[in-house]
Amino acid sequence: MESILSLKKIEKYYGNKSNITKAIDQISFDVEDREFVAIMGSSGSGKTTLLNCIATIDHVTSGHIYVSNEDITNLKGNALNRFRREKLGFIFQDFNLLDTLTAYENIALALSIQNIAYKTIDERVKKVANDLNITSVLDKYPYQMSGGQKQRVACARAIITNPKLILADEPTGALDSKNAKMLLESFEYLNQEKDATILMVTHDAFTASYASRVIFIKDGKIFNEIRRGDLSRKAFFDQIIDVVTLLGGNLNDVI
Amino acid sequence: MMLFKLSFQNIKKSFKDYAIYFFTLILGVAIFYIFNSLESQTILLNVSSRTQEMIALMMNILSAVSIFVAFILGFLIIYASRFLMKRRNKEFGIYLTLGMSKRSISKLLLFETILIGLISLVVGIFIGVFFSQIMSVFVANSFEADMTNFTFVFSNSAMLKTIFYFGIMYFCVMVFNTISVSKCKLLDLLYANRKSETVKLKNPFLCILVFLISLSGLSYAYYLVTAGIETLQSADSIFLPIGLGIVTTFLIFWSLSGIFLRIAKQMKKSYFHHLNSFTVRQVSSKINTTVFSMGFITLMLFFTICILSSALSIKNSMTNNLKTMVPFDVQFVKRMDLERKKTITGTDYDTFLTDSDRFDTKLNILETLERSNKDLIADLTDIISFNTYEYPDLNFKSTLGSAFSKIQETYYYMNFDTMEELVRISDYNRIAQYFHLPTYELQNDEYILLADFDGLKGIRNEGLKAKTPITISGKTYYPKYDSCQNGFIYMSQSHVNSGLFLVPDDAVDDNFRENNILIANYTGSSKEEKQFTESMVDSLPNTSYMKSLEQSGLSVSTKISIYESSIGLSAMVTFIGLYLGIIFLISSAAILALKELSESTDNKTRFQMLRKIGVDEKMINQALFRQIAIFFLFPLIFAIIHSIFGIQFCNYIIETFGNEKLLQSILMTSFFLIFIYGGYFLLTYMCSKNIIKEKTRY
Repeated sequence: MESILSLKKIEKYYGNKSNITKAIDQISFDVEDREFVAIMGSSGSGKTTLLNCIATIDHVTSGHIYVSNEDITNLKGNALNRFRREKLGFIFQDFNLLDTLTAYENIALALSIQNIAYKTIDERVKKVANDLNITSVLDKYPYQMSGGQKQRVACARAIITNPKLILADEPTGALDSKNAKMLLESFEYLNQEKDATILMVTHDAFTASYASRVIFIKDGKIFNEIRRGDLSRKAFFDQIIDVVTLLGGNLNDVI
Repeated sequence: MMLFKLSFQNIKKSFKDYAIYFFTLILGVAIFYIFNSLESQTILLNVSSRTQEMIALMMNILSAVSIFVAFILGFLIIYASRFLMKRRNKEFGIYLTLGMSKRSISKLLLFETILIGLISLVVGIFIGVFFSQIMSVFVANSFEADMTNFTFVFSNSAMLKTIFYFGIMYFCVMVFNTISVSKCKLLDLLYANRKSETVKLKNPFLCILVFLISLSGLSYAYYLVTAGIETLQSADSIFLPIGLGIVTTFLIFWSLSGIFLRIAKQMKKSYFHHLNSFTVRQVSSKINTTVFSMGFITLMLFFTICILSSALSIKNSMTNNLKTMVPFDVQFVKRMDLERKKTITGTDYDTFLTDSDRFDTKLNILETLERSNKDLIADLTDIISFNTYEYPDLNFKSTLGSAFSKIQETYYYMNFDTMEELVRISDYNRIAQYFHLPTYELQNDEYILLADFDGLKGIRNEGLKAKTPITISGKTYYPKYDSCQNGFIYMSQSHVNSGLFLVPDDAVDDNFRENNILIANYTGSSKEEKQFTESMVDSLPNTSYMKSLEQSGLSVSTKISIYESSIGLSAMVTFIGLYLGIIFLISSAAILALKELSESTDNKTRFQMLRKIGVDEKMINQALFRQIAIFFLFPLIFAIIHSIFGIQFCNYIIETFGNEKLLQSILMTSFFLIFIYGGYFLLTYMCSKNIIKEKTRY
């Protein structure tokens, strides 16, 4: 299969010469088309830095990141912004919805900044809202919605542009278990029915168990990698818990 | 000492947030200094004693205005500092959790205020001193004085006054800060930023209804002050359009905030284009929460525009008018035959005239002058002398005829018993050419009414329309025209002729003299020679002959004195207008700027979200620019529409001064608007751009 995302020996250092922190230390992996990858690690392991580098919000110190064979570490300025709005979709822990806009307008914004005509926008917003079961909240403001609804709106905004890659940073972090489950089922649906490629960062084993592959990171390096294969979600969850134990206890304890 | 260091670093760190605050403080201090140092700038001018009196009067008024200005600036500064406090809630929360007492935080703020106060005072006065040098050229120009030699002026008293007034303002800020710190709760401080925006939706039908009602109310107010101005003759009826204007301004903002979004949303194609939906929401949520201040700012801007343009146009037109209105060097007017007349208070002159008064009152002006100062007559040339007349029972009331009862209802406060003044047509025609006035002809039974004071022209026209006849010595005369004609016979700096009857030469005789009038030029051609004659005229009351009289009835107006008082008056109006106008302008612009910046934290996270979803930097800047531009332009455009009508009204009121060169004054006003208001706009844009550029610190 074709690889959508490819990381080649990326490194990210913080600090100065006398005191260097290696947030990411020589990480390489590929994400293939229509894959659902979860990155796990305790706080401080470098997983969010990794995601930020892929999202081009942060710059790598060395190494290369390829998205559809395009080296994004060389992009600058508006080319970077264009890449971000055309190839990537973001879902953040704290939703990052604009509080002054309704759900509909929040979703539409992702398209209107690409100069897409209103008619197309309207069609696509309604369709994606239907897919994610948020049609009833389209005219509501973020403060009128539950956390799960907000996150699904953010999700809709991320996928409406048909991005190559959806990046999710602790998407269930601010949700209760019921809402988290609903969101993850949406992810599963997007991945399986809509052929979306998802890269998700999480410290929660339950969340990670929805993915088809889990990469574990410790101290800026890849520690382990497991694939779900044909396993049931429950069995995959147990497998993840085993690795987490190996990593040094429940990740939640550290948070 | 630790606190001091902390406060110093705070200011240094948040200099961007403080930029507008600093800018406003410095501007305020500088302007306060400049206008209060005018006195020391005028001391050096080579001007006459009359002009000096004018300057002294101006300074008195300016210092009274300064107290008012200090109040405005004081409120502005307190308002601004409260905004800055809000921005720092989280910082204070952290101090409190670290165990700092509220007392120490108050102390910290105290240091900061003192530090900011000191810096702004020093810089402001420095700038003020610099600009007051430029101002002194303008001052000399306004008083038409020679700037013989340029000297550096520093006004100690103005500096002390500035320090004193601003000291009080800063003290108030400290008190307010201390109060608000002592009242705040830790929980609110820490979670100050977490409060999510709630959008209150207004009932659209109510909004539209209110909008339509206020629009018609405003149109009615506009109508009243322009086309319907004739109905506004009493002083209290002016409150109706003013009140209507104020109320509808607020209501229009209130209703617009409800409708604006709906209208914008209807235009789906442009609403969902680029960041338009975001910009519209930003603006509408801001208008929603700032209805009151938007209305207030609109009114302030409106006053500013009217004050500035009227003040400047008064100056322009006043000096222009004088050329035609004061064609002679001197005009003597003497009330004759006083024993037949009443004083203003209604007492008969007859009861207290002395013997010498009774003798003098029969003499014409030339004869009186001969007895008081013979040398003066030798200095006069081009002498024209004539009389005006008054007849018993020919008073204001009788000239209105059948229109009287209706007029009295509206103008009940007017004195309708004042006697009318008549002049022979040949006498009038003789001097009319000098005043650049039209000459007239009359049939044997006709009269013409001359008036150029607008306030009375309308009333008098009513009487003429009714073809009211006047009776002089049993003979009846009818009006030749059915409206007042242009003309006057007394030199003055403004059009104040409220009524003068032109009658055929044989209609009046010298037994009914009102005034004897003597018009003349000085023989001298140089300025010094004219000034010498002028001083003789000035000292007439000190001659032994004049001193022997209790009631001379003689009054004098000279070209030089009219020019001087006119220049003085126009300069005074200009300076006070400039002072108030600039302060109003600064205040409204600063409030807008602070409102915009105070929300920069919210905006920062919003723009960061936009950036994360891949919006171009250019598009972001454009959205920010539009957002601020709409916010600044909205009240300005509204104020300009107000002003179009307001200036017309101001002109109507000050029309007695003439209204030429209105365009020039409007240009000057726009210059101030663009310079100060535009300056604040750009500063706000740049500051906001800086703030939204900062990476969020985790």
